[in-house]
Amino acid sequence: MSRVALVTGGSRGIGRAVAELLATQGHRVAVNYTANEAAADAAVEAIAAAGGSAIAVQADVGDADSVTAMFAVVGERLGSVEILVNNAGITRDALVLRMGVEAWDEVIETNLRSVYLTSKAALRGMLRARWGRIVSISSVSGIAGNPGQANYAASKAGIIGFTKSVAGEVGSRGITVNAVAPGFIETDMTDALGDEITTAASERIALGRLGQPEEVAAAVGYLASDDASYVTGHTLVVDGGIAL
Amino acid sequence: MDRSEIESKLNDLLVDELGIDRDALAQDAKFEEDLDVDSLGVVELLMALEDNFGVKIPDEEAEQITTVGEAVDLVEKKLAS
Repeated sequence: MSRVALVTGGSRGIGRAVAELLATQGHRVAVNYTANEAAADAAVEAIAAAGGSAIAVQADVGDADSVTAMFAVVGERLGSVEILVNNAGITRDALVLRMGVEAWDEVIETNLRSVYLTSKAALRGMLRARWGRIVSISSVSGIAGNPGQANYAASKAGIIGFTKSVAGEVGSRGITVNAVAPGFIETDMTDALGDEITTAASERIALGRLGQPEEVAAAVGYLASDDASYVTGHTLVVDGGIAL
Repeated sequence: MDRSEIESKLNDLLVDELGIDRDALAQDAKFEEDLDVDSLGVVELLMALEDNFGVKIPDEEAEQITTVGEAVDLVEKKLAS
């Protein structure tokens, strides 16, 4: 069944892999991006070349008006959002003693406030349809904590609490709300960490390597599908077995 | 649009969408306590009213609604403004 999907931060990394997977499953996908229009266009073109259907839609997902405008555009061009994937995320790493208020606020706004804004907007249509899937990308940092990432870890832990709460609110209407918590995945975000850190990380991972965006996308694809109809409020960890 | 039309539409929604007994629909009937509509059900009702009457009900005002009469009052107010 072809549904309307919106992937925030869908132009690169995990978001792009999710957008591509949902498109191959036959869904019409809105690829949200903040500033990198070229990357979003490239993702849309790749989906089209593979026989899928996608559009690019710009929005700052931490901003209420911008989110409202994005849902209006997606609603007009594709229809009411049935599958929402909250993937947009940034890091502004620092020890908390050296972390400025801006670094805290920016991360909470883009990573967590966005999830509240987009979920609220999407739920209206999902309630009417009596069907919906919300899948938000959390992180193992949000479960285990990570020194140097207090802001990021707080935002990702916040997603888990949000997910469980909203799952309880809307479950009776056929809407499931879940999270996926990736570990170290090869993306621009982890490239920025440098070889030394990623090599050290690999040694703590049972599978002995970093994950690929497609391996996270597969988990998102499952939770977004009809197959996951009895799974809600869950956080699925996709980390290759960190520190087992 | 007069008040009775709003009232009748709201009653239709309650009866048709939520299966509530039409005889129970007094103006002072409380959604949650008297009609057994859960809090999300109230949200859905207000959304349906927005769709039917082309009005926008802000969250802060929606929170105040507890009875059938209050919902009708709010829609009437929105239509007048």
